Amino acid sequence: MTRALLFALTALVMLVCVQPAPAVERFPPPDFSSHSLPQTVAPVQQGRGVAWLDVTVLASGLALASWHSLKRRSRRGIVILSLASLAYFGFWRRGCVCAIGSIQNVALGVADTGYAVPLAVLAFFTLPLVVALVWGRAFCAGVCPHGAIQDLVLVKPLKMPGWLDEILGVLPWIYLAFGILLAATGSLFVICSYDPFVGIFRMAGPRIMLIGGAALLVLAMFVGRPYCRYLCPYGALLGVASRFAKWRPTVTPDICTQCRLCENACPFGALNPPMTAKDGQQRIASGRQRIVLLAILLPLSALLFGWLGGRIGISSMPMHPAGKLAALVLSQERGELTGTLPDELTAFRQHGADRQAVYQKAVALESRFFVFGRWLGAAFGLVLALKIARIFFPADAHDYATDDSRCVSCARCFTTCPYELLRLGVPVQVPKEGVGNG
Amino acid sequence: MADPSSHLSRRDLLRSGLRGAGLLGVGAATGFLSGREAKAETVWQINPDLCIQCGRCATECVLEVSAVKCTHSFGMCGYCKLCTGYFEPEPVNLDEGAENQLCPTGALKREYIEDPYYEYSIIRELCVGCGKCVKGCNMFGNGSLYLQVGHERCLNCNICSISTACPAQAFVRVSADKPYLLRGKGKPGK
Repeated sequence: MTRALLFALTALVMLVCVQPAPAVERFPPPDFSSHSLPQTVAPVQQGRGVAWLDVTVLASGLALASWHSLKRRSRRGIVILSLASLAYFGFWRRGCVCAIGSIQNVALGVADTGYAVPLAVLAFFTLPLVVALVWGRAFCAGVCPHGAIQDLVLVKPLKMPGWLDEILGVLPWIYLAFGILLAATGSLFVICSYDPFVGIFRMAGPRIMLIGGAALLVLAMFVGRPYCRYLCPYGALLGVASRFAKWRPTVTPDICTQCRLCENACPFGALNPPMTAKDGQQRIASGRQRIVLLAILLPLSALLFGWLGGRIGISSMPMHPAGKLAALVLSQERGELTGTLPDELTAFRQHGADRQAVYQKAVALESRFFVFGRWLGAAFGLVLALKIARIFFPADAHDYATDDSRCVSCARCFTTCPYELLRLGVPVQVPKEGVGNG
Repeated sequence: MADPSSHLSRRDLLRSGLRGAGLLGVGAATGFLSGREAKAETVWQINPDLCIQCGRCATECVLEVSAVKCTHSFGMCGYCKLCTGYFEPEPVNLDEGAENQLCPTGALKREYIEDPYYEYSIIRELCVGCGKCVKGCNMFGNGSLYLQVGHERCLNCNICSISTACPAQAFVRVSADKPYLLRGKGKPGK
């Protein structure tokens, strides 16, 4: 009887000991007579409560940038403002929180009702978009530290060929769709993970991040704002919003005589020359052609990229920790794993090794990846179709004008316009139509 | 219909319509998202029960020296003379000699209290968050040593760079009002 009891007890003890279960009281804490136990050290964050300050700085920055670009028309004002933003949002706040990353928080918040987007992050997503819908991309001009750091190193802008500019201009949309897919599924915030400048703002970070950031800055000396134009997913959104803006920067304060003095003023390819005016008949014909093209292209492109998006969605599953774990567990079960056990499987074993639970989770995850991928792909297809239609059927333009979506309100072109110089009180002779610049 | 002015106004109408829709959409999304119950800010923390001490906390943080630090719940500690979190598996002597210590930076301090009890505390400035002591303590001890994100240094990145590398999915967002997941709550010296 005692032997059986002893055996049972030993078995119990061994059971407890074999599993390295967390927080087991193997050695009872002593009762000290004279020694009092110290408190566990758990320091709180320094300088908390800056969230409202960030939002205040953001809002006033947006207001100032809009004022400088539209009302005062002052490049100097924009430069000073962007330096201040670079100092505050970049080097002081170390690049976090930022509007570009906030897309992912919003995507996760919409997809996952259990996740609450912090109000400050929500403000960083919303305010620049609202401002862009009314006053254009003032955020890019004077508030975004990423834009500022690229804008300030620009020394010798090279003109990008139009076709290359259009092709590279698709990249932000791909990045946006992929970023939303990974954020909404709760995988990771890829836009933050591969942010090029945050390492520079922090003066620390993974080597690849620092090298990438430095390389992009060198490129930015010759190609104006490469990240903004060819990668930034938030810039893509702001570009669309700016298309419908109530007021946007104009080269001339009042009239354009097509003197061509401003022609090379924009380093970002955001200044459009006048289009040869079409007469009434041509306009109607080209309008019809555009409708026909869109009627064919929109559904086709949406279907094609929707299908592709679903495929890409499923194949991105290993980027989610649960998806990765399921893949590893499966390959272990099939005996395909050799060499040392990955840490994921060590953790899996320690947590109870419930294969079924892992697989069930992966199946649910797969359908989420597929659905999100399909819809995001379809949305990308629509954007691409509209882009193509715009290349073939550009809108009429009578004068030199800033591009609806590309213009980042940097205010560089203003002073090339003789009418702007007149407005500023500089005595210049206003050139006659079409003869300026030789 | 071919009159340019009427064409322009139609385009303007479309633009203002889409602008209105955009503003409405952004407003609706903001209202929808800000209506959530838990509006409190979140910070990153490690669930010590999920942590497997793989060592990536020491290498994956965006900071030069990781913000993750070893934390000690004194109320759970056995105050062992032979602490498996402090000593190498086969120590030459049971004393504070560097060759006997598990910690690569000497961040774990050992102090004599009364026979046979020793108190262990963490020098946070030296700790790099490698989790070697945590592993030792969890294997053979009470698990009173565990890793926690130190909020005196954490930048609270939008996505914690360690969390994406963590093989045990041990990183969680916790409310900024209660930024630690401490063990042994409710015991003296928590």
